[in-house]
Amino acid sequence: MDLPDRTSLVTFVRRIASAMKKPFSKMPEALARLLIVFAAVIGLTIVVVKFVIPPRFKDTRIQWAETTKQEAAKPVQYAGAVACTECHDEIVAEKKKGYHRDLSCETCHGPAKAHTEDPDNIKPPAPRDRKFCPVCHTFNPSRPRGFPMISPVAHNPMKACFTCHNPHDPKPPTAPRECSACHGEIARTLSVSHHVQLKCATCHNAPSRHRVAPRIVKPTKPSSRDFCGKCHGQESSYKGSPKIDLATHGEKYVCWQCHYPHLPEVE
Amino acid sequence: MMDRRSFLRKLLSSLALSGGVLGGFLRILPAQALETAEPTGTLWGFGVSVDKCIGCARCVVACKAENDVPKEPFFYRTWVERYMIPKTGDAEVTNIHMGLSPDAEVPSKPIFRSFFVPKLCNQCAHPPCVQVCPVGATFTTEDGVVLVNEKTCIGCRYCIQACPYGARYLHPATSTADKCTFCYHRLQRDLLPACVEVCPTQARVIGDLNSAASPMTRFKRMNKIFVLKPNLNTEPKVLYANMDGEVR
Repeated sequence: MDLPDRTSLVTFVRRIASAMKKPFSKMPEALARLLIVFAAVIGLTIVVVKFVIPPRFKDTRIQWAETTKQEAAKPVQYAGAVACTECHDEIVAEKKKGYHRDLSCETCHGPAKAHTEDPDNIKPPAPRDRKFCPVCHTFNPSRPRGFPMISPVAHNPMKACFTCHNPHDPKPPTAPRECSACHGEIARTLSVSHHVQLKCATCHNAPSRHRVAPRIVKPTKPSSRDFCGKCHGQESSYKGSPKIDLATHGEKYVCWQCHYPHLPEVE
Repeated sequence: MMDRRSFLRKLLSSLALSGGVLGGFLRILPAQALETAEPTGTLWGFGVSVDKCIGCARCVVACKAENDVPKEPFFYRTWVERYMIPKTGDAEVTNIHMGLSPDAEVPSKPIFRSFFVPKLCNQCAHPPCVQVCPVGATFTTEDGVVLVNEKTCIGCRYCIQACPYGARYLHPATSTADKCTFCYHRLQRDLLPACVEVCPTQARVIGDLNSAASPMTRFKRMNKIFVLKPNLNTEPKVLYANMDGEVR
């Protein structure tokens, strides 16, 4: 590739300039008029787009700023838990001590912004039938373990929940006597297993405090292999249970880490 | 055969014109370096603790009341999925809609483990919905929330198709795309989003990701964090704690 020297460049430009002049001088008049019309239309379009159409029709940044403002101005339905404390301080204080302390008022009472604006005429509903509490407290295997659950069909079917439980400070009306009152799923599983004859207290030591503060004070679980070995070890005198050699079976694991004691025959 | 002088001249001229040199020069300009400075202002993030969700669907009900989402049949800004995982085979996923029915769906196989997963718009840092919108009606605000301009949206449904999380729907009344906004109007008034407000087990958390002291910073510090479909590089701002690998 050789770059052209300066003199040849100048002649090249001149040649192009003269060639540009020719078509205009020889152009038919009709074509020239058409070109003028085209130029006028293009010019008009530029003027319209640039000056006539308002910028908020073209500029997305202006549109976005307007949308953000509009979105921020939308009306609120839920007043928020802080708004309730202003008037209902007694109930809030009562609720703070109970298991429902982290529950927002509007979870049960519904959106209450209208109530905060006109407290005398608009009252938020209070669910008093047996339909609402089971929304959270019906037994469902997908719910996390330890969450208080009941079967609405079997649990005092004729009574409304709030006759026994105060929804602002829910507690069992009496401390449950049987473990199955809360641990129904385990009780049902155990009833079809080989361990059906064992009492809960055989393996678990439940302090009496566990009945009133179930998640703070927890019952014990067997912590040694010898505990299961009392029936399942080779040297055990108990008849009618499968025996294993504790020294070689299962190595470092506690028995219940592999075998589910409430239904031991499960693989 | 090329002599040394013409070879050097060609080499230098082609290097000067090539994009690599220009790009490298632009990169070291101070204006470019400033763009990756410390983040300022609010950046909203959302946390979901999967192991806390009890599947009561109060969030779904509250969202529909707060944001005028049609009650029936399948329009959701936020929804809760029930995962039922059998011992072998694929997980069964069902939407629990406005609440579990008393005779909740019975899985076809025995359940091995099961849990609920609340879902909502992930407010991605690289949102596919914004990329595909042909009229620029959907955009990201300065505080990181993806919004839809109802006035310019033409209802073409392209964004609904593009969202990998299925978080958008066409509002039947306005015929425009609609989605979770983190309750943007509530955030501006220092209120929690409706779903966070009513969640009885604090499974939902919202906060400023840029702040050193916010519920989200604590959520990120205290939990093992996952996001949905990380392979898509959408960089969601909805973070999940204690989530199962089966969740899609």
